[in-house]
Amino acid sequence: MTAGPRRVAVIGGNRIPFARSNSKYAKASNQDMFTAALDGLVARFGLEGERLGEVVAGAVLKHSRDFNLTRESVLGSRLSAETPAYDIQQACGTGLQAINLVAAKIALGQIDAGVAGGVDTTSDAPIAVGEDLRQILLDANRGRSTQDKLKPFLRLRPQHLAPAPPRNEEPRTGLSMGEHQARTGAEWGITREAQDELTYRSHQNLAAAYERGFNADLVTPYLGLERDQNLRPDTSLEKLAKLKPVFGGKSGTMTAGNSTPLSDGAATVLLGSEEWASAHGLTPLAFFVDAETAAVDYVNGREGLLMAPAYAVPRMLARNGLRLQDFDLYEIHEAFASQVLSTLKAWEDPAFCTTRLGLDGPLGSIDRDKLNVNGSSLAAGHPFAATGGRIVASLAKALHERGGGRGLISICAAGGQGVVAILEA
Amino acid sequence: MAQADRYTELINTPIGKLVQKQVGLPAPVPLKRFSPGDAVADGRVLLGGAPGGRLARPLAKLVAEIGAEASTPLREDLRAAAAEAGLDAGPWTPAAAASQRYGAVVFDATGITEPAQLEELHAFFGPTIRRVKRCGRLVVLGTTPEAASTPSEQIAQRALEGFTRAAAKELKAGATGQLVYVAPGAEDQLASTLRFLLSSKSAYVDGQVIRVSAAGIVPTIDWSQPLAGKVALVTGASRGIGAAIAATLARDGAHVVGLDVPALEGDLKAVTGAIGGSALTADITADDAPSTIAAYLKREHGGVDVVVHNAGITRDKTLGRMDEARWNSVIQVNLGALQRITDALIAGRRRAVLNENGRIVCVSSIAGIAGNFGQTNYATSKAGVIGVVDAYAPLLARQKATINAVAPGFIETQMTAKIPFATREAGRRMNSLSQGGLPVDVAEAIAYFASPASTGVTGNTVRVCGQSLLGA
Repeated sequence: MTAGPRRVAVIGGNRIPFARSNSKYAKASNQDMFTAALDGLVARFGLEGERLGEVVAGAVLKHSRDFNLTRESVLGSRLSAETPAYDIQQACGTGLQAINLVAAKIALGQIDAGVAGGVDTTSDAPIAVGEDLRQILLDANRGRSTQDKLKPFLRLRPQHLAPAPPRNEEPRTGLSMGEHQARTGAEWGITREAQDELTYRSHQNLAAAYERGFNADLVTPYLGLERDQNLRPDTSLEKLAKLKPVFGGKSGTMTAGNSTPLSDGAATVLLGSEEWASAHGLTPLAFFVDAETAAVDYVNGREGLLMAPAYAVPRMLARNGLRLQDFDLYEIHEAFASQVLSTLKAWEDPAFCTTRLGLDGPLGSIDRDKLNVNGSSLAAGHPFAATGGRIVASLAKALHERGGGRGLISICAAGGQGVVAILEA
Repeated sequence: MAQADRYTELINTPIGKLVQKQVGLPAPVPLKRFSPGDAVADGRVLLGGAPGGRLARPLAKLVAEIGAEASTPLREDLRAAAAEAGLDAGPWTPAAAASQRYGAVVFDATGITEPAQLEELHAFFGPTIRRVKRCGRLVVLGTTPEAASTPSEQIAQRALEGFTRAAAKELKAGATGQLVYVAPGAEDQLASTLRFLLSSKSAYVDGQVIRVSAAGIVPTIDWSQPLAGKVALVTGASRGIGAAIAATLARDGAHVVGLDVPALEGDLKAVTGAIGGSALTADITADDAPSTIAAYLKREHGGVDVVVHNAGITRDKTLGRMDEARWNSVIQVNLGALQRITDALIAGRRRAVLNENGRIVCVSSIAGIAGNFGQTNYATSKAGVIGVVDAYAPLLARQKATINAVAPGFIETQMTAKIPFATREAGRRMNSLSQGGLPVDVAEAIAYFASPASTGVTGNTVRVCGQSLLGA
């Protein structure tokens, strides 16, 4: 153990291009994708056979057989088989939280280097049997004699054979995430035009990033895909304006364009102490300064489902003596354009900032030209647990590229949670 | 009393609802009434306003005080007012209305200075009026027209009355709508009025206009016991509305002196005994009654804080057939005695029996506003009561006292139970709430006027009539 926390370097990242659901990666499992992303990282930083402190990752949609998904991926990768690993899950906050956990261990001196990330597939989704059939199968399994084992099947009815796919709704409200955000966005007066504008910029920025080769050392092609499949460089405000609302009813403002699509993909980030990096001849892109996680009570209608980052950020700012304006780049995960805009509006609102955040006044607005400058989830897609890794690697590189600076990350998650972090270079 | 209204019970059964919809019958809902411990507002309060209004701050402060959930439109002045008041107000835009129901929708219209700006009412209430909950509240606040600074402002503010009364008629399911005219400088006088109008205490008050004027400092009170330590005289306290008034004032902490004629002493003592009050018997029309009452109050309680002139009689006959006795007795009891007792209690200015910050509340009647067949005597007396309020309000203001009246419409009492069925049903249903009120509804309005916090509330006659079509 060293005395006091150490600086934690973000050394680099690797991900596979994100694919649209049921498309290029339809046959790839979570383990396939994460192993591919991990091996890409190993290749990029020369980590073959290396024993790292740990690998932490997770998936939101996971088969029960994948209970040790990350460890199995490590065993299938070119890292040393002696590298320990574990899974976590915090919905869309999984990736960033995994990075936070590895960073914390490095800061404390418990480990010197590690990999964190996440993976998700909405194509190769786990499908469970219905509750009635599950009970029948369990009863049959408990039977001792053949007769006991067969008897429960007499209860079997045709409707029991319908599968129970993963639900895209909050268990406690029965509302999908999009419907929740439609309410929040409507309350904050988020217009269709503003959402489409944000979406358009996300596509433009990501396309430009690919054009100038920004992603060349962040993304490794996989299964014939070289760029994120959802990216539409040729989209326009006119095209986006034509889309029909998918959430919030007929008069809704949220469309398939300004909401992230279901997607498949995996992302990884390499973290290490400065000593470890220099010992391995690696140059840190940025440093992981701090992180904060918040949760809100969306069940009783007091707060919007995806508003937790609005609470997490000011707490983290206060701890670090920073203002919202003290950043050179902002990465606000675009789960929905409406979520990003609601969060920004809340920070500009005196009533929200004083009564809900307990501040003396509004946090204020940010320079929109510093927001998601290399594109974000609306363009890239959003394989839930993979998003944190994509954002951290991309922001670290962007900060490094501009020769230093400070970046803010904000990621909303199901269950009324949010994970945010600060990077510095 | 409510039992007598079988129709309301029937119409709220599943079969009743079916029949009501098919035939298009009136659909009264059981009104929510106040019980101690209830929150002031039953549900989220949506707070809006026309730009340039002067009431956003006091409104936000009040909503914060009553601990209601709140929302406001995302306009800078409203958000800043909420922030300043520590009001945890959710954001609201017209697009957001669909998913939310409101216990109360409150609008500060004082920023409207010319008729064209009345559009603000349409813009705010258009998307929200159908989001008002069952037994919810709609409240518009304006500037007292006579106190407006320009003719255009006066006209626009006067127009609010038509809007509010019409909106009140469009509200459904026991919801009510009111207008409060706030004089310039009376921004600090709003709490008692808004608490009353937002709460279920105003269940049967609908389509009314209340004027709040600038006055002295509003005392800080315990809102669950606003009349703690106060002495209240209630005339005609032995039954019906009077008994309900006595009980309600006692609930609010007052020591009630109930007064009635010697013949009803038994009933009177039953009422006052149950609430720990005292009973005083007198014929209020007797020449010495005013001085006897004044002396009693001075001797036993050192004065009186609240006087409720509730005693009243009817002696109905069409005018051509009405004898002198019927005419005179009604005028004497309902109006003459009322004025003479008031005079006796306020005589002597500083040494008056009515204590400083005293409250006088008269019971008028809808008949005094609209007139009523066979009640020329009664209507005369009850219109005269409104005259007493008008005439005495300025006098009493000098001794920091207030005077107001309630004008009950159809209230379910033993008296109204005797009205023939067809007439009774007409009386009950011909109002925006399609039902009769209860004695407690009148009593709650009186308790509001009687509150020590109603410093700026004087000279009002508020109808407790469910927005009756009569005299509207």
